[in-house]
Amino acid sequence: MKRTIIISLAFIVFILISWLLEFNIGIDMGKSFLEFALSLIKIVPFAFILIGLFEVWVKKETVEKHLGEGSRIKGYFWAIVLASTTVGGLFVALPVGAALTRKGARLGLVLVYLSASAVCRLPMTLFEASFLGVKFTIIRYLVSIPLIIITSEFMAKLMPELKVREN
Amino acid sequence: MVILYILTFVCLIISWMISKNKTIRALNIAWKRFYKILPAFGFMVVVVAIVLPLIPPEYIARTLGQNNRWLGMIIGTGIGSISMMPGFIAFPLGGVLVSKGVPYMVISGFTTSLMMVGILTFPVEKQYLGTKPAIIRNSVSLLIALIVAVITGIAFGELIL
Repeated sequence: MKRTIIISLAFIVFILISWLLEFNIGIDMGKSFLEFALSLIKIVPFAFILIGLFEVWVKKETVEKHLGEGSRIKGYFWAIVLASTTVGGLFVALPVGAALTRKGARLGLVLVYLSASAVCRLPMTLFEASFLGVKFTIIRYLVSIPLIIITSEFMAKLMPELKVREN
Repeated sequence: MVILYILTFVCLIISWMISKNKTIRALNIAWKRFYKILPAFGFMVVVVAIVLPLIPPEYIARTLGQNNRWLGMIIGTGIGSISMMPGFIAFPLGGVLVSKGVPYMVISGFTTSLMMVGILTFPVEKQYLGTKPAIIRNSVSLLIALIVAVITGIAFGELIL
């Protein structure tokens, strides 16, 4: 917390000075700060409210059954479906991953979910296919998803003690 | 985006009608988790604000269009790992570059690492996974982006085996 406050203050002072001296790159940094902060504020708090509701209402057994130790191939399916509907990328996927972990999802599937949420976002995919072609998009999916599953399982074996959570 | 707001609102109302207590508990949990991760988010936003203006899209477009395919792919993947860009900017940019003759494999390396590898988002990821697992996860993602790019190159006939 302390580090963040110091860095933020230094940053604000730098932006103010840039603004006074008309130092362009500093002004751009101020703009990009506001833009990025705003884009997060538009998504992240709502995501956390949904996560709160999820933690209160969804039964642990439900998550355990579909994403827990006993889940088989279907677990990958659910992890990827969940990922493709996650808006906001990693900033939402990480807290959701932590919530899933608390509800008993196994590490390998949480890691699949995290990576898949970067790769399989639905609205983005439509955009990609329309600008770069369907073939481009299909190749990306066909190559990245199997690799994500294999490497996530491997990482889960390698670091079994890992828990996705707010530290 | 609007779907997210409607979804949140509808869920909150339904939850409230079923149980006030549980809804308050849910909001408490939401706030607790949000508050805990807020410093990491703040730190990341400052880092992003400093780095992003240093690599504007025009610069990225110029760099991606300049090199031979292998070098271009590696540089593209590198820039994608550092930069952050919403899809509605990155994909049209990719489309323009492809129409100018930049190989698909270069664009693929760029957009895939843009999505999968987050050097700037590391402060937040570290908070959830710990430093070592976050580094491993990003390195593996980088490798996957390179593999995707190479196979894209093969599929589009840019690389002949």
